[in-house]
Amino acid sequence: MRRYVIVGTGVAAVAAAEAIRQRDPSGTIVLVGMEAEGYYSRPGLAYYLTGEIPEAMLFPFRDADFRRLQVQVVHDRVEGLDPAGQRVRLARRGWLAYDRLLLATGARAARPSWPGVDLEGVVYLDNLAHTRHVIRLARKAKEAVVVGGGITALELAEGLQARRVRVHYLLRGDRYWRRVLDPVESRLVEQRLAQMGIRLHHHTQVAEILGHKGRVTGVRTQDGRVLRCQLVGIAVGIRPRIELAREAGIATDRGILVNPYLETNLPHVYAAGDVAQVFDPRLGQHVLDSLWPLARQQGMAAGANMAGHRVPYRRSTPLNVTRLAHITTAIMGQVGQRDADPDAGLVRGDSEVWRALPDAILAQKSDEVNLIRLMVGRRTLLGAVVMGDQSLVRGLYTLIDRQVDITPIRERLLAPDAPLGDLLAAFWSEVQAHLRTAAAEDGSPPPREASG
Amino acid sequence: MTHWWKALRALFWQQKARMDGVVVPDNSRCVQCGICSYNCPIGIDVRRYAWEGRPIRDDHCVTCGQCVARCPRGVLRFEALARTLQPTP
Repeated sequence: MRRYVIVGTGVAAVAAAEAIRQRDPSGTIVLVGMEAEGYYSRPGLAYYLTGEIPEAMLFPFRDADFRRLQVQVVHDRVEGLDPAGQRVRLARRGWLAYDRLLLATGARAARPSWPGVDLEGVVYLDNLAHTRHVIRLARKAKEAVVVGGGITALELAEGLQARRVRVHYLLRGDRYWRRVLDPVESRLVEQRLAQMGIRLHHHTQVAEILGHKGRVTGVRTQDGRVLRCQLVGIAVGIRPRIELAREAGIATDRGILVNPYLETNLPHVYAAGDVAQVFDPRLGQHVLDSLWPLARQQGMAAGANMAGHRVPYRRSTPLNVTRLAHITTAIMGQVGQRDADPDAGLVRGDSEVWRALPDAILAQKSDEVNLIRLMVGRRTLLGAVVMGDQSLVRGLYTLIDRQVDITPIRERLLAPDAPLGDLLAAFWSEVQAHLRTAAAEDGSPPPREASG
Repeated sequence: MTHWWKALRALFWQQKARMDGVVVPDNSRCVQCGICSYNCPIGIDVRRYAWEGRPIRDDHCVTCGQCVARCPRGVLRFEALARTLQPTP
């Protein structure tokens, strides 16, 4: 009977456990996690903060689900890994032996080194305990300063605003999320934030967090202004938790380096999720994807391999769907720009691909609430941003991920005032029919759609 | 095409989809936040269907569209029943 140990209780860990159990009905599976709450929806924390869902809704799995899977969830901290003895050392329970080990330790919010960063009132949206803390402090706070250029910073700003805290949102550059959004998209988000009552401060960086008796009282900016506040929300990137792996001699870079089978350089040790830096054959390099759906896919592939099936993980085109200032936004493929990075660290939803490849021609359509931006390559679509109506996303994603030849519509797409939505919808229908016919003729499985 | 005509056309297809359709998830976008299940007036655990990538085929589903409208990530959509039931090639 094979012993599977999974370090972590996030989505990669749970997906791996499910995949193992599908293939190995008798092995023992133990999930070890530092958080007492076990598995919950980390992206859902943003909606817990806004008050759209109660805390109880964050838990997709109940105890009965884990019992059905015959998975034991252990609340403990893994202090060490002994690869030669094939065992991990837990803080309270001592040694735990494994035949297959998965490291799904995730990532933590980056901590800046500003003076005052340890004061009571400096908060992150990193885990459930942090979010509870934010909600508790928000009851008394009147003003907050939020710092960071990506999705999580916006979630903090929107969440605090929803809790009737007056929010100052500091941006290092001249507009929101410059690395991914173009000026039109950034301004759209900023207008919405302003309508919600959030005050934006461009070209503004923190010099110091001010405090009194250990509590936050304000923020001093680098240009000498003082913003009074009782809360400082920080989201300036994430750092994969690689300490355990590194101390055990596992090859790491920014994350744990794994091959397409999610194997580390040590035998029987795998990694998946935010901590794993996966080799992408298309790019010829290891990349970090801090996206929930990709973490799930990696967990599924790792679990299958741990159970003895040789299943390569195919890194699909990153698809990040989120909500920015109440606008549902899908970001896929290469959409970034060559401009200098205004925000330090790794931002959730960021992908190296966007920066590694050259800019392509831009075609865009905007009608206030719905916006599509396409990156059009010579023969294929390279990336897209879709804000508002999402009905085109599945088709667009498949065109991008499968690198479908768009020559038949390329010129029309790039024509001034092109009806992008109509062109894409019609082309997608043709492609879909073609893919179905081809699949039926060669007996291969039907086309996979939007599996990002 | 004028805006009111576009809006009317969208409304028509929306209503038609509701009458003829089922709610279908795209589980590659779902982050299991649970807003769908929380807002379902019937108490269907829509999120579980989304995790498993299955259409919401529950006799109690009244296709009210609350889950579709509330999902912050556009995971759910209405799809014509006939198409959903088509055997995959």
